[in-house]
Amino acid sequence: MVNLSAMEKESQTMSFQPSYANQNSSPDKRIFDTRVNLCGLTLDNPVIPASGTFGYGQEFAKLYDINILGSISFKGTTPNERFGNPLPRIAECPQGMLNSVGLQNPGVEVVTARELPELAKIYSKPVIANISGFSIEDYVTCAKAMDKENQVGIIEVNISCPNVHNGGMAFGTSAREAAEVTEAVMSVTSKPVFMKLSPNVTDVAGIAKACEDAGAAGISLINTLLGMRIDINRRKPVLANKMGGFSGPAIFPVALRMVYQVSQAVDIPIIGMGGVSSADDVIEMMMAGATAVQIGAANLVNPYICKEIIEELPEKMKALGIQNINEIIGVIE
Amino acid sequence: MKEQILTISSIEKLQDDIFKTVLIGDCSEISAPGQFINIKLNGFFLRRPVSIADYTENSLTIIYKTVGKGTKYMSTLPVGKSLQVLMPLGNGFSLEKIEKALSHSLSDAAAPVLIGGGIGLPPIFSLAKGLMKRGITPVVIAGFNSKSDVILENEFKAIGISPIITTVDGTYGKKGLVTEPFSELLLKLHRAYVCTCGPEPMLKAIHQLAADGQFSFEARMACGFGACMGCSCKTKYGNKRICTDGPILEKEEIIW
Ligand SMILES: Cc1cc2nc3c(=O)[nH]c(=O)nc-3n(C[C@H](O)[C@H](O)[C@H](O)COP(=O)(O)OP(=O)(O)OC[C@H]3O[C@@H](n4cnc5c(N)ncnc54)[C@H](O)[C@@H]3O)c2cc1C
Ligand SMILES: Cc1cc2nc3c(=O)[nH]c(=O)nc-3n(C[C@H](O)[C@H](O)[C@H](O)COP(=O)(O)O)c2cc1C
Ligand code: FES
Repeated sequence: MVNLSAMEKESQTMSFQPSYANQNSSPDKRIFDTRVNLCGLTLDNPVIPASGTFGYGQEFAKLYDINILGSISFKGTTPNERFGNPLPRIAECPQGMLNSVGLQNPGVEVVTARELPELAKIYSKPVIANISGFSIEDYVTCAKAMDKENQVGIIEVNISCPNVHNGGMAFGTSAREAAEVTEAVMSVTSKPVFMKLSPNVTDVAGIAKACEDAGAAGISLINTLLGMRIDINRRKPVLANKMGGFSGPAIFPVALRMVYQVSQAVDIPIIGMGGVSSADDVIEMMMAGATAVQIGAANLVNPYICKEIIEELPEKMKALGIQNINEIIGVIE
Repeated sequence: MKEQILTISSIEKLQDDIFKTVLIGDCSEISAPGQFINIKLNGFFLRRPVSIADYTENSLTIIYKTVGKGTKYMSTLPVGKSLQVLMPLGNGFSLEKIEKALSHSLSDAAAPVLIGGGIGLPPIFSLAKGLMKRGITPVVIAGFNSKSDVILENEFKAIGISPIITTVDGTYGKKGLVTEPFSELLLKLHRAYVCTCGPEPMLKAIHQLAADGQFSFEARMACGFGACMGCSCKTKYGNKRICTDGPILEKEEIIW
């Protein structure tokens, strides 16, 4: 079970004050409550940029005050610096894209020493630390480091990256290994642990259940779907790595289905993602069972998308007769 | 960088597959030649990155080759249509560094050498204009595959520069590659400072010949503003993103 006392302690030490900024804009909107609760953390709204599509917030903070965001899941961290895969790493698809970035990041020491202090200057709420690895020890190393970071409210464990060999997704495609990673990470942190699952499996609900049984505080899903494109003129794959992760609006129905299946199987909160690009999508994801929602690829083509969704949510709620957004979480039986 | 709404004021066909589009709107943030814009096109998920070929406070010009569906669609848009554009993006060429290099080098290198290959020429035009404004007349070498690819010759002449033109098949200008006239120039201007944009094999060949300079790179991009790590490259000073730390890199930092 979830270590509640530890989490309560955590949420108190976070000195987190819910702000009502998004609800003051007009008297009309004040009655629509967008706050949600993730394992003791109150988010002003359920909108969170997804790992790998928001960097460490700096580029977006130049465009708008990112403090309006419910939280931020920052780029996947590994113990050591990684350059990632050769270029090209990006391919376009109808209503989506492939990426084979391959977890490029400066390594956990630089992330905690340089990126997180910089992020704290532009974002004052708890953030989600997305961690990755190639062995159980890698996950443990990152989790230990993130456990010490005051601003980290949740640790999101990526066991679903399709872009790295021997590791990453491998842990997320076996219920037993997913549970092992969960237990190992849980043993070194008192922060809530969300396991981020891969859609490239036959029984996503079974893997989610295994993570819940191993003590996970929540589930994040979905990561990207493994995909491929070929340049028919050159008779070569578009991506240097041949295959990559498919994301964007095209994958929304698959993501929604998986969020629904997992919500039927577990009692812990779910962060839903995959193709979300409007306030309607956020509401649909929540109806399927998500407590909060991450926005990925949409940030890359419209850097204002999270802001637009947050501003639109109260109007959508009004139109749909929703007073408190928690009413709709998992309304689909 | 921010999103601007720009309106198409003209589209002109320069060659069978090369078009010039002038866009009107707030362009006051553009700070250097060599920067680019990322254009949202209806029906395409990713934006299309295109270099700024010329700009004023309230207009900019792009020149592009119709290589695929997105650029073909762009060439068929009607005048008056509005486009969502993220801009300006990238670092651009540093005019200060060019000036500094000229003042430091031997007197024989009084002019920078600008080299554009094919559809890499448009940002070189913008750079040439910027240099002329500062009283520096660059030497310009423009290389193309064939006569049917040649662009911007008259525009360069109009600002007082006669570009040395090469074509691979010899149908226009000198037959051969840009490196041939460049090597000839180097016999006189040993420490020439070069600024270049074009296909990577061309950049690499120039890199081997030139003493110093600035090189403009290209990569498949998702965001174009530094968030996705889709466009990373290794340099002597660590990993850089071509979209934000580039597209212009300095000669000495480039790793092939
Ligand atoms: C910084 C920068 C500046 C550029 N400036 C110019 C310019 O001034 N004039 C010009 O003609 N072209 C320029 N390009 C190349 C231009 O972006 C591509 O030709 C264009 O995106 C092709 O789109 P498409 O839909 O026609 O081709 P498709 O092949 O159908 O496009 C499919 C996908 O691949 C991407 N892609 C295809 N070719 C390239 C390429 N060479 N570089 C980057 N992405 C590519 C597209 O953006 C799209 O995401 C520039 C590229 C970059 C990165
Ligand atoms: C360019 C890019 C980089 C990503 N990097 C990571 C990562 O480092 N860690 C991770 O857990 N997920 C990563 N993802 C997956 C997203 O967080 C998200 O799960 C997925 O893209 C589905 O959501 P979307 O359709 O809204 O993009 C990445 C996605 C993209 C497009
Ligand atoms: S294209 Fe996204 S970081 Fe350069």
